Amino acid sequence: MWTFFHKLGSPKWFYEISGKWLPWFAVLSAILLVVGSVWALAFAPADYQQGNSFRIIYIHVPAALLAQSCFIMMAISGAIGLIWKMKIADVFVKAAAPIGASFTFLALLTGAVWGKPTWGTWWIWDARLTSMLILLFLYFGVMALQSAIEDASTAAKASAVLALVGMVNIPIIKYSVEWWNTLHQPATFTLTEKPSMPVEMWVPLLVMVIGYYCFFATVILLRTRNEILERERRTNWVKKLLEKGKDKEAAL
Amino acid sequence: MNFENFSDFLAMGGHGLYVWMAYGVALIVFVANVAGPVLKKKDILKKHAQRLKREKMTS
Amino acid sequence: MSTPSLFRVFATVLKRDLTLAYRRRQDLVNPMIFFVIVVSLFPLGVSPEKTFLQEAGAGVVWVAALLATLLSLDSLFRSDYDDGSLEQLILTPQPLFLIVLAKILSHWLVTGVPLLILSPVLGVMMHLEFETIKVLMLTLLLGTPVLSLIGAIGAALTVGLKSGGVLISLLILPLYIPILIFGTGTVQAASNMLPIDGYIALMGAIFALSLTLSPIAAAAALRISLSN
Repeated sequence: MWTFFHKLGSPKWFYEISGKWLPWFAVLSAILLVVGSVWALAFAPADYQQGNSFRIIYIHVPAALLAQSCFIMMAISGAIGLIWKMKIADVFVKAAAPIGASFTFLALLTGAVWGKPTWGTWWIWDARLTSMLILLFLYFGVMALQSAIEDASTAAKASAVLALVGMVNIPIIKYSVEWWNTLHQPATFTLTEKPSMPVEMWVPLLVMVIGYYCFFATVILLRTRNEILERERRTNWVKKLLEKGKDKEAAL
Repeated sequence: MNFENFSDFLAMGGHGLYVWMAYGVALIVFVANVAGPVLKKKDILKKHAQRLKREKMTS
Repeated sequence: MSTPSLFRVFATVLKRDLTLAYRRRQDLVNPMIFFVIVVSLFPLGVSPEKTFLQEAGAGVVWVAALLATLLSLDSLFRSDYDDGSLEQLILTPQPLFLIVLAKILSHWLVTGVPLLILSPVLGVMMHLEFETIKVLMLTLLLGTPVLSLIGAIGAALTVGLKSGGVLISLLILPLYIPILIFGTGTVQAASNMLPIDGYIALMGAIFALSLTLSPIAAAAALRISLSN
């Protein structure tokens, strides 16, 4: 187990092994997402109260889950990079931020689209939506910081610090917005994603959630591999790889 | 199958606009997430080829 | 080599600035994010009640757009100043106000237009009516170019100075107040079902005035800033 982490410290080893994992994650996520979407759109039942707009749950909930766990992964990875100075951890932080931001955006947008037929409004400043919006701002902050600092290792350290501070901030935001909200504005409708749902609904939801996570794994591997190729471009193994890649026009 | 025919499927019981908007944006987000790194990879290969050419010329 | 036509000069400077902006894409996104965050601060800090947000919405969006534009103004001349190309631009025989106008157009395209595009989203978040949002966008369409035009004067006056940021704001905000008042006034009138023709005409007049005079003022300010 510890050897695994030790080996993970070597970009070259990571690149080789991730190359083997990548096709599996890609295929798995494609299958799960396609099966899940078709199931969600055509075969899952409509909700008794909300009708067919309920089908948006199969896009919205996995996106929100992924958005939040991605930030946690990013912060933990940043901590690992700061403490143990692991290059892969730094690369993970840089790679994860845009993915997390895009899924936070997806969660917010699908939430708004769902909210319109359900609540009658695209947006409401309640605890959950506001804290997701702030999460989006935090992601943008990490991305802005990354692009502003030119030196890769300084950028990594700075964004790790920001991600960690953001992590600490997330429960504060959640609680403060909840307290603030219950003082001024009771929640009109809250999503429940616990399995008080019937089987026909939570099974496709689970399929989509797993599909989303596999997709995340695929994309993060794609991004981290690119990042490693750029950072290590002066090493011999990368030079050889890029020669071969140039000849074969390797896609992945 | 919950729908009688394809036009019912598209209409989604009146909520068609919302459901398809949500799924449509999701598709865009997924495609963009894959397209980004794939195009970046091509760019890396191209820049590497340019760098090699530069180094060969100056060496 | 014949002297290039004025249009060529304008087009070349425009193209150059747009290319340079494209190469620093992330820096363009930052004012947008700031715009969204500032608007979000009002429901969070004041009140999320629909009645308040609808009343304050247009003003909040306008003020946020103003502040976001202010943030982005420093980049109008600074990077050219730092590498010496600004001096070269001043020394060309072509009219400086035309070059400045091209730079302002580029600035508006990469700052004002994105603000304009984001404004309906923010309007929805502030629970504004659809009709109100349309008028809001119209006022921003007329107003953001004015913000870039007037802002360029401030940027030109402070380009050589180290404390650029806050100083530009102090110089320009008083000049921004008229367009702010007319912009938000238009939206208020629209939401009260009053005719907005007069307001739009006034904003158009401000736009025309700043379009003709600001580049000249900014050019003069540039010469002053670089005179040492």
